[in-house]
Amino acid sequence: MSILLSSSDIDRAIKRISHEILEHNQGITNLVLMGIPTRGAYLADRISAFITEIEGPVATGVLDITLHRDDLRLRPPKPLLPTKLPPGGIEGKDLVLVDDVLFSGRTIRAALDAIGELGRPRSVQLAVLVDRGHRELPIRADYVGKNIPTSKSESVKVHLSEYDNEDLVELIK
Amino acid sequence: MITGHLLSAADLSKDEALNLLSTAKELAAITDGPNKKLPTLRGKTVVNLFFEDSTRTRISFETAAKRLSADVINFSAKGSSVSKGESLKDTAQTLQAMGADAVVIRHGSSGAAKRLADTQWIQAAIINAGDGTHEHPTQALLDAFTIKQHLRNDKSDLTGIRVLIVGDILHSRVARSNVLLLTKLGAQVVLVAPPTLLPVGVGDWPVEISYDLDSQIEKCDVVMMLRIQLERMADSFFPTEREYSRRYGLNSARLAKLSKSAIVMHPGPMNRGLEISADSADDLKSVIIDQVKNGVAVRMAVLYELLGGAQIGESK
Repeated sequence: MSILLSSSDIDRAIKRISHEILEHNQGITNLVLMGIPTRGAYLADRISAFITEIEGPVATGVLDITLHRDDLRLRPPKPLLPTKLPPGGIEGKDLVLVDDVLFSGRTIRAALDAIGELGRPRSVQLAVLVDRGHRELPIRADYVGKNIPTSKSESVKVHLSEYDNEDLVELIK
Repeated sequence: MITGHLLSAADLSKDEALNLLSTAKELAAITDGPNKKLPTLRGKTVVNLFFEDSTRTRISFETAAKRLSADVINFSAKGSSVSKGESLKDTAQTLQAMGADAVVIRHGSSGAAKRLADTQWIQAAIINAGDGTHEHPTQALLDAFTIKQHLRNDKSDLTGIRVLIVGDILHSRVARSNVLLLTKLGAQVVLVAPPTLLPVGVGDWPVEISYDLDSQIEKCDVVMMLRIQLERMADSFFPTEREYSRRYGLNSARLAKLSKSAIVMHPGPMNRGLEISADSADDLKSVIIDQVKNGVAVRMAVLYELLGGAQIGESK
């Protein structure tokens, strides 16, 4: 087990991603952040809080993707988590999906399907704290906290203080 | 999460029931959106096996299954080989051969759903949609959902809520399932009925019993009127319909005595003018239409939990 990102690394990564999102979308006017539960939702809240500090409030929501997973049939069913749409909805917006770890890309594929149920954003971008490689689908992230080459047998675990009482990213062999 | 079958409200633990209700809440929010259809149960087949007449329950299950993209086959005993004398076993084996993943069964005999679940006639998940005078668990779930929606916030159970269930408790599967589920969720249940319409052994149920509606109506949060099942009233349980209506019916005088936040429920179909007056049924306190709407979300949650994930013996 080794530590990949410390609390201050996570903090810096979130701030850099926030700036990159603002730069790429030229401000917050048409921007919507959607976090994928559990930890992606907390990351989206943190990015949202930082953007609010520097440019003003940004529409932020939560997107549960359970019903759209392609591995639904392979596991026992999970309880659904809340989906929260921001007040202005997502129609015609520039939507940034936020998740903790990008791995096979299947979660993001499910998220794209879930978004399709809710409306038609003008664009969809992807922000992740960790990109560990091993994609199984043609999906890439627009904003990455840290690229971490891993072996498939390892796993990457993100801890966030809102849920796990500490900020930490670790590699478990 | 529930697994296997849903035969009785007693099968659910308190946590399972609350989980199911919160899943139903999410599904209700999704189906209020622009696109009501989810891909979750694509390729699964749900059979509605109805040996008794039903409008609400059958349509509700059909809608729920279709919103989750399952294929639905409707079977009603009228117009099928059952009227030629085919047995439940042969009917079940026919459905098994056709590859049903879930069977929603309504049957006039108490225990019919359990019979299907316990035998090897069919491998599908069995959902009890009313068996004789025994149970109707999805009705209890949608009633709990509706009570929670109107009287309680997200997380909590039903502790402190006083529910009157009024009418024909003896023949009512809705009452049985509701007593089991609502008391498990912490609600206080009072059964109000003439002594002739209370089942034997009701003293052992975890409920209060009253023969006098007027003494109870002011101090409740929910009043649930049961249908007088005229088809089961061949024996004389009460002298006349008019007398029953006067003593146990919900009318505008009793409606006015309800507390401000109280709600009126009825599982349907209503006998307007018998157990509930037309103006009570259409009053602002009445949540009868909400019950129907919530039924779809609750049944979607049940189908999702029973069919959504890997089934027993079908792991990766």
